[in-house]
Amino acid sequence: MITDENGELPTFTGTDEYIVSESLVSAVNAAVVLQRPLLVKGEPGTGKTLLAEAIAQGLGLPLLSWHIKSTTRAQDGLYHYDVVQRLNDSRFNDRDVSDIRRYIKMGVLGQAFSAQSRVVVLIDEVDKADLEFPNDLLHELDRMRFRIHELDEEVVARHRPIVIITSNAEKELPDAFLRRCVFHYISFPDKTLMARIVKVHHPHLESQMLDAAIERFYWLRGMNDLKKKPSTSELIDWLAVLARGGVSPDDIARRLPFPGTLLKVEDDHELLGKKLERRFN
Amino acid sequence: MFLDFFYLLREQGLPVGTGEWLAFERALASGLEGGKLDGFYHLGRALLVKSEGHYDLYDVAFARFFHGFGLPAEITEALRRWLEQPAEIRSEALPTLINPEDLREQFRRLLEEQKERHDGGNRWIGTKGASPFGQQGQNPQGMRVGEQGGGRSAILEAEARQFQNYRTDVKLDVRHFKTALKTLRKLDREGPEVLQLDPTIQKTARNAGEIELVFAPDRKNAIKLLLLMDAGGSMDPYSELVSRLFSASHAVQHFKQLEHYYFHNCVYSRIYKDIAQRTGVLTKDMLRELPSDFRVVFVGDACMAPWELTAGSDFSLGYGATPMTGIDWLRSIRKHFRDAIWLNPEPRRYWNHPTISQIGAVIPMYELTLDGLKQAMRRLRIGRRDLR
Repeated sequence: MITDENGELPTFTGTDEYIVSESLVSAVNAAVVLQRPLLVKGEPGTGKTLLAEAIAQGLGLPLLSWHIKSTTRAQDGLYHYDVVQRLNDSRFNDRDVSDIRRYIKMGVLGQAFSAQSRVVVLIDEVDKADLEFPNDLLHELDRMRFRIHELDEEVVARHRPIVIITSNAEKELPDAFLRRCVFHYISFPDKTLMARIVKVHHPHLESQMLDAAIERFYWLRGMNDLKKKPSTSELIDWLAVLARGGVSPDDIARRLPFPGTLLKVEDDHELLGKKLERRFN
Repeated sequence: MFLDFFYLLREQGLPVGTGEWLAFERALASGLEGGKLDGFYHLGRALLVKSEGHYDLYDVAFARFFHGFGLPAEITEALRRWLEQPAEIRSEALPTLINPEDLREQFRRLLEEQKERHDGGNRWIGTKGASPFGQQGQNPQGMRVGEQGGGRSAILEAEARQFQNYRTDVKLDVRHFKTALKTLRKLDREGPEVLQLDPTIQKTARNAGEIELVFAPDRKNAIKLLLLMDAGGSMDPYSELVSRLFSASHAVQHFKQLEHYYFHNCVYSRIYKDIAQRTGVLTKDMLRELPSDFRVVFVGDACMAPWELTAGSDFSLGYGATPMTGIDWLRSIRKHFRDAIWLNPEPRRYWNHPTISQIGAVIPMYELTLDGLKQAMRRLRIGRRDLR
């Protein structure tokens, strides 16, 4: 079990800016104590990526991010041996090519393993990569070590990093991978939690205004045929616009000012127009 | 400890293994649940459940395990009735922590002794008290009785079953189909040779800088898929679902070859290119044309009158045709191709229909749900001949 200098378990309780639910706190702490990767899924805009930043901030550890693309391979996260550069250097004779180490560059996991202190590693949107990608990382994440074949050396983590993996559920993740993870699904915040989240961003907002806006926001999200439902960040933007625009709570309840901040798809605007018309005529 | 809970979860169909359970026990040993049932609920969910689609299974199991606590139903019912109106009483003293087995036992004993209503206080079952039993109490190790909890209790949360809509055995959209279909692959190197950059660089480097080019064909999915879909009247309620599967299988552009045909209720001597069943081909010709390395996916409810499956006449060819029954046709398709499975949109609980079991005996049948689809794809990928 990992303890800090005082021999105590570091526990995560969220930060001033990042409000977490009880179940998420429980999942994070389980992942930290059991030293397993935490897999976070959820709708877009529920703060999956921000969680890693909040954990790093909350526990006072540095954060290393690895953003996955469709072309990312597991090897990229470990190390990269730049053969082409070395070949090029050897042809033009302008650098010492005898030292292979100069051409080995650590990836994010490589850096995390060789770091002097414990770090938080974010593997963002793991489902963007090939289906086999998570399986290729299994061993490294499990044992927290890998081999650099070119040097015939092993990189072993001095301090097991806290690994946070996010997924948008675009692809199914392999079972073997899931078995090793602590899993949490961030569901969309309920009204009370949302009010707390919004207050962090707009501390001076009148509660009447806040209530009206949140009420309206959930009404909008409740429309099932929306192509793209507005998320938390859109609500926060919308409130900023409302405050600037000098809109009263009554206005929010009666019509829906500045819908462009909330709805980003043209069809949704049409739908909203029809709904509002029906409601007030 | 709590091993019954583990088996209850498995019984509910939650794919939880020993590894996860041991991790959970380790977490409990380090006191991560904070001595609270809420903590236990959240911790268990984080460690034992690996998909939001399974949250609901967990909730159901949790509610069953901790709600009933093996009490006779009528007592719970009676208790619940008078527990519904709590009184505003608070109590200071809290007893020390009790382990769940003792708690359960004590609850039984108390139930036998107690004959009247109690609010407050620290011994009897009632509301707002410090006794470990009852509602809205302050005992952190306590057991809540009835549905209406004061605070946000774990059991209440589980009973609310807010993740019902995420269940993977009910909801299916095009993307779900796509992900499931994508798992169906077998990579083969074939096609024209192309320059392979990485091996080229490696070889060249090994050659001390003398360029050496490496060519090889790219890896491509070698799987060929044949979709056979029922467009019969009884399939109307599922037409939306089937069309999603159809569009997904085309949209993934994942298979080496993809063919599709429609049939009505069961496959007979003629099979159709379009839903309206106007352009038909002879099933015999289809079998001749398509090589046997296709994998076949049937989609249909497999519900029909028994004679539609087993009567020895042919409905589409008219008089004088070879008397091959529907089930014969299914057998010959199954025999011709490497592997075949049947996806059935009817929920499994209705599968005792005679024609469903008859067809299921020839072609392995799976539910047309996310879980069923995954299992079916896995079976097709591994290509095991006999799982029955």
